[in-house]
This record gives sequence, C-alpha cells and structure tokens, in this order.
Amino acid sequence: MDFKFTEENLAKIEAVRKKYPASKAAVMPVLYIAQEQNGYITKEVMDEVAKLLGINSVDVLGVATFYTMYHTNPIGKYHVQVCTNVSCMLRGGYEMLDHVVKKLGIDVNGLTSDGKFSIEEVECMGSCGTAPMIAVNDDYYENLTKEKLTEILDSLK
Amino acid sequence: MEKILLLDIPNYHRIDVYKEHGGYETVKKAYSMTPDEVIDEVKKSGLRGRGGASFLTGLKWSFMPKTTDKPKYLCINGDESEPGSFKDRQIFERNPHALIEGALIACYAIQAKAAYIYIRGEYHNWIQMVQKALDDAYEMGLVGEKMKETFSTPYECNIYIHKGAGAYICGEESSLMNSIEGKRPYPRVKPPFPAQNGLWGCPTTINNVETISNIPSIIKNGWEWFSKIGEARHPGTLLFGVSGHVNKPGVYELPTGVLLTDLIYNYAGGVPGGKKIKCVIPGGSSMPPLRGEQLEGIKMDAESLKAAGSAIGTGGVIVMDEDTDLVRVLARITKFYYHESCGQCTPCREGTGWMLKTLNRIARGQGTASDLDLLVDVAKNIEGNTVCALGDAAAWPVKFMITRFRDEFEKAVKREIVIPAANKVHSMRNTALPLADRSKS
Repeated sequence: MDFKFTEENLAKIEAVRKKYPASKAAVMPVLYIAQEQNGYITKEVMDEVAKLLGINSVDVLGVATFYTMYHTNPIGKYHVQVCTNVSCMLRGGYEMLDHVVKKLGIDVNGLTSDGKFSIEEVECMGSCGTAPMIAVNDDYYENLTKEKLTEILDSLK
Repeated sequence: MEKILLLDIPNYHRIDVYKEHGGYETVKKAYSMTPDEVIDEVKKSGLRGRGGASFLTGLKWSFMPKTTDKPKYLCINGDESEPGSFKDRQIFERNPHALIEGALIACYAIQAKAAYIYIRGEYHNWIQMVQKALDDAYEMGLVGEKMKETFSTPYECNIYIHKGAGAYICGEESSLMNSIEGKRPYPRVKPPFPAQNGLWGCPTTINNVETISNIPSIIKNGWEWFSKIGEARHPGTLLFGVSGHVNKPGVYELPTGVLLTDLIYNYAGGVPGGKKIKCVIPGGSSMPPLRGEQLEGIKMDAESLKAAGSAIGTGGVIVMDEDTDLVRVLARITKFYYHESCGQCTPCREGTGWMLKTLNRIARGQGTASDLDLLVDVAKNIEGNTVCALGDAAAWPVKFMITRFRDEFEKAVKREIVIPAANKVHSMRNTALPLADRSKS
C-alpha cells in the first residue's frame, strides 16, 4: 500500500529540513512525522522518506531499524513501556512489569487483539529518582505502586 | 551553599522570570569580551565536563581551530541514558534558559554558527519544555538573526533541538554526530577528533547539558568565584542523582567534594529499614562499584573517586542494601550493555552477550567457579579493544563487581547443583563409568 505524507506534514518536513545543512540529516525527524501519521514505519514509508529526502532507501532502513523508538510493527493505541533497569529493578520494576503483563493479558512485545495496548520492556528512561516507572506513549508515570499502576491502566480507555 | 543550576525560584523556567533575575545579561558581557578571553575565563575556572569523562571544558574549547573556512558547530549532549543518571532532565525542566544562554556564550567562544541540543527521544515532554524556552528566546531576538540587533554584535548563531530515538550509544560523542547527520549512529574512529573533523566534516565541540548550563554563572561571577566552590581540582557544584535503596531518592545539587556518606544519609535520607549498604555505584552504571564498608571518608569529585578506585562519571549514585542480589543486579546491568551495543566492534557485540549468558546461568543457580574467572577474562578482552567507550562501560561493572564482591559471587556458584537421585546413587558406585566413557565398555 502506498504511503503519502499529508500536506500539513509536508510543510512540517520543509521546516525541519531548514535545521540542517544536508537533507539526509532530516531523516530522524521525518521518520517521527511519518510514524505519527501512519502509526508505524513500513517499507513504503521508508521508500517515501528516501524519495523525499533524495537519499537511498537502504539508509533510511538502517536508521529506522537501529532505534527502539521507531516501530516497524504495529503498536497499541496505548504503548506501555516499563523500565526494569537497575534503579527501577531495586525499587520494584519487575513487579510492575509482571503486573502490566497479567493485567493486560499479553506478553512483553505483545499487542492486545483490539489493538489498544502493547507492552515493551525498556532500558533506563531517566526516572531513577522516581522509580519504579512506566511510560504510556509520551507520558511518564513515576513513583508507582501496583495500586497506582492498576488505576492508570484502568483509566486508559 | 548557593546553588548554580537548580535555584529555588518559582517559575524560573519561564523567560520573563529568568530575565527578571538577570538572565541573558551575561551573554552581553561575554560579547564584550573576545572569544579567547571567554575561553580563558572558562579555562581558569577549572570547569570540568559533567557528562562522564570530567575533561577540562576550557581546554576542549581551545582545541577548536582558529583559522578555518569551514563553519563550526557546538553539540550539546542531552542524550542522558546511563542507568542511574537523571540530572539533565532537571535542567530541561527547571532551568532551560541557562542552557540556552550557556549555548550562546559557548558558540561565541568557539565561533560556532549553530548549536544542536541532542535530547533523548523518550524525554518527549522535556523536549517540548526546552523547545518552548527556545521559541521564547527566538521571539525576543536573543537567538538567530535578530541577536545582532539585540546584542549590538556582528555575531549570530542558531540553536536547534535534535530528538534522539532510543539508543544509548548516541550519548557517545561521535555517534551523536552521526545521529544528527542522519546516519546509523556507529561511533567513529578517533583521531581525527571532533575539533578537527566533526559534524559534516567541520570543527565541532561537544559538551554535556550540565556543563553548558554552568557557563553563564562563570562568566557572570568570574573564574575565581567558581574555582572556590567545592574541590580545587574539580570545582563547582554537581547535580548528584541518588537512586536505589534510599529513603529520599532524587537530584541534589551540592559542591563537589561532598562526602558520599553525607549524600546518602543526610541528603537522601539513608537506607530504608536502617539496613546496611552492600554496594554503591557512584557515577552511573558503568562506573566501578564500591563495597558498603569502604564508603567512609570518600569525597564526591573526580580525583577523590579515582583514588578510591572508581570514577565520578555522571554523579549518578546507585545504592544497594545488604539484601540485594548482586548477581541479578550485574546480570541486569550487563543486559543493558548487551542491548545497547551498536554491534560495530566484535569484542563488544559478542562479549556483552557472552557475559550476559554466563551471568544468567549463575543467577539460575547453574554457575560454576570457573564462570567467574571466565567473566573477568571476557571483560578484560572487551576493555580497551573497541572503537568507543561502551566496551569499557560494559566491561567495568563485570570486572569490578566480581573482583570486589568475589565472596558474593562465590556463594552464588557454590549452590548445590541438584542432581537427580538416581544419578547420585549411580555415581557413588565404583563400577559406574562417566557417561562419556560408557560407549567404550
């Protein structure tokens, strides 16, 4: 299926390109714009990004697959990221992850059948002083307990 | 002690409040000096980088070539991803204008045409905060083309934010540049160093967010003022992030040289339940850990921690109480480096995975005493044999955790291995042959 940027996003891309002296440098922000529009990054998306920036598709592939925040598979409407790195681990990060897994009934990296939730175990999110934490899409939820976590997940409809 | 970065002023993140308290006045002072005078001031202040390596900032700036036709760049490293480090986030949230003003002064000192603030992608909401501060500064003519008029100077520069996308390796300076250039962020071989060959092949300086945010105060109050704060060889305040088993985890801005025990017990409220401390990692997960019984008298600055057998790193202090399973902790830390290795260098790519498998085996109770020597050996073979310091960062926790807490790891590998009863009986018979030899009989 072909992918085309919306007019609004094409304008955003033009603005982004002005930040850099070479068009290739815009690949990361442009991939973000594409992901926001399409939900995740497909081969068609990468081809379109490459065409737009005048670079090789394989270079876009290299970037899109290197970073964990570009999703090459569909994710949920609510993408729940649980940090289990050392500072979170010492304060119950794994208990939070287990709780999310049980509550949503899917495994880590799984997606609920209605497409609403996905879970990812993430590396340090810079919330060590407010551990344990989860992030849902762009928002952080910190100083968690199982009760608070239940409340947060229940509020996501 | 007066704070430099995290001031107790309500709404200090807002440009009007920042300006009310003298914000953006220092940049005018800097522009009345020559770039060399600015560099000299920073050099004499003794400011050392806050990103981990503690290199002298003024000296780094002086490496930038004076005579070149190429544009010059400043990169500000806010890809804060080292487990245990969460200090730059405080600056983004509470004092973004010190970062912007610092960038304006630093760009002038090295005569850069643009600065890129690289912020990790997960900090989406904090990126919005810095972007708002930057938009306000642009609107007031403090950044960009209007600054010529605002500051009556022939000099102008732009500041941009580049959003990362979840890769710890981008905190390494050459990976960071490749990431900004839109390439796969593999670290570059050095030399050439960024000052000669950085962004788009042009001279580039890379500083940490906290380092740059210190610049306005140094120029405003003079190098002598700054050099008298904290320890003489590592002056200033540091944003210490204390996490793990403490009652009040968080970021504390304190002069360098504060006692580690003071930081843990007085500022961070001690250990829950009054438990003893088993282990402290003083500067982010890659730094060599210290034993609980050796913390007394250790000062928190680059030189003192070096003498104590560790390093200040990012000042991210991780505290572990007496009940902590260090095998599990080390396995988790190693999992991080395995996940974040970019895969460019074989010792790091293969070694981190090998260490992780071995540690997981020990954590499952299936380790042997020889595994411990194997781990140290693998770590030593990664250390110093990779293009960037991620190899060292992965190797040090393994090497030092096992050598300094050998007793803990010995206990883990001496767990009785459960052998099915039938085999036990069988092996006790003199007639029983080892499995491998059975075919011969």
